[in-house]
Amino acid sequence: MPIIEVENLVKKFGSFVANDNLTFSVEAGEIYGFLGANGAGKTTAMKILCGLSSPTSGKVMVAGYDVAKQSEMVKQRIGYMSQRFSLFEDLSVWENFQFFGGIYGLSKAKIKERTSELLGRLGLESEKNQILGSLPLGWKQKLAFSVSIIHQPSIVFLDEPTGGVDPITRRQFWEIIYETASQGITVFVTTHYMDEAEYCQRVSIMADGRIVALDTPANLKAKYNAANIEEVFLKIARN
Amino acid sequence: MRGFIIKEFYHIFRDIRSMVVLFGMPVIQVLLFGFALSTEVKNAPVAIIDHSNDQVTRAITSKLLSSGFFILADQVPGEDHIEEVFRHGKVKEVIIFESDFATKLEKDRQAGIQVIADASDPNTANLLVSYTSAIVSDYQQEYLKGMSLPVTVKTETQMMYNPALKSIFMFVPGVITILLMLITAMMTSISIAKENEMGTMEILLVSPMRPIQIIAGKVLPYVLLAFVNALIILLLSYFVLGMPVKGNLLLLLAESLLFIVMALSLGIFISTVSKSQQMAMMLSMFALMLPTILLSGFIFPIENMPLPLQVISNLMPPRWFIIIVKSIMIKGLGFHYIWKETLIIAGMALFFIALSIKKFKVRLG
Amino acid sequence: MLPVIFVIPVIQLLILAFAVTFEIKNINLVIVDQDHSVASRQLVSKFTAPAFYHIKAYADTYAEAEEQLKTGKAHQILIIPQRFGSDLQKETKASVQLITNAIDGSAAAIMNAYGNSIIADYNQDIIVDMTGGIEMKQPFNIRYSYWFNPELDYKTYMVPGILVLLVTIIGMFLSSMNVVREKEMGTIEQINVSPVKKHQFVIGKLLPFWFIAIFELAFGLLLARIVFGIPIIGSLWLIFGVASVYLLAVLGIGLFISTLVETQQQAMFLAWFFAVVFIMMSGLFTPTDSMPEWAQQVNSINPIAYFIKMMRMIMLKGSQFQDILKPFIAIVIYAVISLTLSVWRYRKVAG
Repeated sequence: MPIIEVENLVKKFGSFVANDNLTFSVEAGEIYGFLGANGAGKTTAMKILCGLSSPTSGKVMVAGYDVAKQSEMVKQRIGYMSQRFSLFEDLSVWENFQFFGGIYGLSKAKIKERTSELLGRLGLESEKNQILGSLPLGWKQKLAFSVSIIHQPSIVFLDEPTGGVDPITRRQFWEIIYETASQGITVFVTTHYMDEAEYCQRVSIMADGRIVALDTPANLKAKYNAANIEEVFLKIARN
Repeated sequence: MRGFIIKEFYHIFRDIRSMVVLFGMPVIQVLLFGFALSTEVKNAPVAIIDHSNDQVTRAITSKLLSSGFFILADQVPGEDHIEEVFRHGKVKEVIIFESDFATKLEKDRQAGIQVIADASDPNTANLLVSYTSAIVSDYQQEYLKGMSLPVTVKTETQMMYNPALKSIFMFVPGVITILLMLITAMMTSISIAKENEMGTMEILLVSPMRPIQIIAGKVLPYVLLAFVNALIILLLSYFVLGMPVKGNLLLLLAESLLFIVMALSLGIFISTVSKSQQMAMMLSMFALMLPTILLSGFIFPIENMPLPLQVISNLMPPRWFIIIVKSIMIKGLGFHYIWKETLIIAGMALFFIALSIKKFKVRLG
Repeated sequence: MLPVIFVIPVIQLLILAFAVTFEIKNINLVIVDQDHSVASRQLVSKFTAPAFYHIKAYADTYAEAEEQLKTGKAHQILIIPQRFGSDLQKETKASVQLITNAIDGSAAAIMNAYGNSIIADYNQDIIVDMTGGIEMKQPFNIRYSYWFNPELDYKTYMVPGILVLLVTIIGMFLSSMNVVREKEMGTIEQINVSPVKKHQFVIGKLLPFWFIAIFELAFGLLLARIVFGIPIIGSLWLIFGVASVYLLAVLGIGLFISTLVETQQQAMFLAWFFAVVFIMMSGLFTPTDSMPEWAQQVNSINPIAYFIKMMRMIMLKGSQFQDILKPFIAIVIYAVISLTLSVWRYRKVAG
């Protein structure tokens, strides 16, 4: 059973159509790459999936709930990491975890347990009491991701999580994503790095508010007769 | 919710700037207004040209100089030099006794005194002239003792609420109001705008917390801090400046709390209309500051303003709170004298909250 | 940015000039006439003559009148006791009570003086009546004259000060935000790698703001002259001469602030903090002469106080250069120090 089901999603801003009849679904435990050029309508669609914005028409089911009607139920089950960095710079690492755990209603003991688990995985336990603003960007991004899954959501939405991060950290970041997916958390990710798209199980590519291609990276490369996803992307974008 | 409040305190206490605004501003302002600023005129330099120099003029002169309002400035050689000394700014008023003052008083039963004030500052000039005339007519009473006027109407004057005419009675309610208003509105609007700018607001909105919980969690700490602030200002004004609290202290605190809530809702509203912290700061500092100081009756009485400005001043929340504070602290009145003002402030709070909710929904939709 | 620079000052000048006034135009009076005699009515009618006295209500008891004072509807109460008229006739002596709401102390002093002078006037009248037309001379005949502003028009006094406020705020905020903005945007590094010298950079930053502020002042003076009819007695050259130096000082302070901070927000904050304290103490709203000694000493480092003083002296009294020599030297020193500091603080390497 798919964990995200989108049928004929339309989102209009006045006469501008940001999302034009999107239809797709994402399976539980999948790593789904949501690609598209700047302004193609990715962020709008993602906001709707997260319940930050409501669709003009169409049906959007996330984790078995209708986003338009049951957004509160949806919010319990998702995690979100925005492209703008999103932890509090003037709080320490531990205070950030404590705060975000708190808003998802985790108990104190649970927050402690999850924090040491997540920090342990990142190898950042010793930085627990550092003020976040003093840490390097790559660490902050990894921490933001950890925070977004602190409540063990069914799905985590990542909006360009690796922007401005060095290749080594990006690689580590994707290792964490794989690990997360292996625990059964669905990962829905947007990115501009086409090498990252190769790591996804399936990708969709948006242009002008529509999904113009949706398949596994291997099938897409075959279909467009391309050596890598970057070529696929360029071919689609040029048409 | 508790986590929210704790987190907000971390934000505040780790930011030196907010600490300075929160606790430095009130102390500085109260001390400035309490000790440094006043609309009273004291020790004004006065020049006396005494063409007579007899015992009457000397008596009047010493009466003037011992009043505390005047100090003797340098000698002015003659009437021709008055404009020059005024231009130099060293003298505010010149008093001229005509020649043969005492003799004329005896013979003609009248002698002339000329008072020339530098009215480039009209308020000071007006005050100085009225002090001078009061002192001279005081002396006149003394002088006339023995000689009886055919009929006298004696005026017993009483200065209600503030017999010593201290200007802190005017300033303290204004300072309390303005600080509560500016600090609360500014701090909340900036802190919410900051979450918007940093993108943390989005994360919060995706969480199961309801928007109303998020906002409440954000502003509650500021309610508390603003209230502590109000207490600090009140304590300072009571113990350091000697302001009375004639009315019910609990009522005063409750009204302050209501006003703080109003200022918070204004802050929330500002944050919903501004795109950045920068803009929130601009709006709350400059757009709020001048009207709250000028059109609230803080320093300048509203009833002396032209009609359009009087109408506009009705829209200024501080105007109503200043009335409330004065009524409770100085006049010692109870709630039934200020229910109207209270209602207006409560109405304004509701209005700003409703407006912010509407704006907030638009953004989410 | 243009509307901020030009429209806001104009609006502020217009609103401020009208809002900021200590003139007493309205005295709401409640009369408690317990006598109801010819004499008491005559006294009451004396109060109806001046335009600024409004008889708000007639009350029967003091308590009733005090209510009006409490609710803020009235400023003053005149109580004429029973037997006022007959006392005057029989004892040639009677008294009335004048009660003034004194929360605003200085307004109360003036209202009290007005009330007293009307009653004294009435006293004169009845003396003339009772002695059969022979006017009893006041032994001291005081004549008042108000120089430079005979109408005691408050706007005349405020507008020069408000002009100072406007150019100061513009100068201080624009300059303090500017360098920080370049820091934030990273453009300052572009300049730092170029062969531009420190002082060239500082001059290049300041000159445009200096021109804007001078233009603003000229525009404000024009408005003051046309809209408010404020006389400009002194020399325009002197005004602009002083303003030029003053602006250097203000821009220097702004620039200095901007070298101290990292973000525009901090700059705005610091500039605001100083501006509030400086403006409050500058004598714009309250007289500086009656401040205590320590506050006057604090004020000796307040450039706004100096400039407001000079502007008022030159514009309203036609003071000459030698009259303002001391404050002028003070702001020259100020300009030199603040500019030197900001050039020194602006380290090219550190950016």
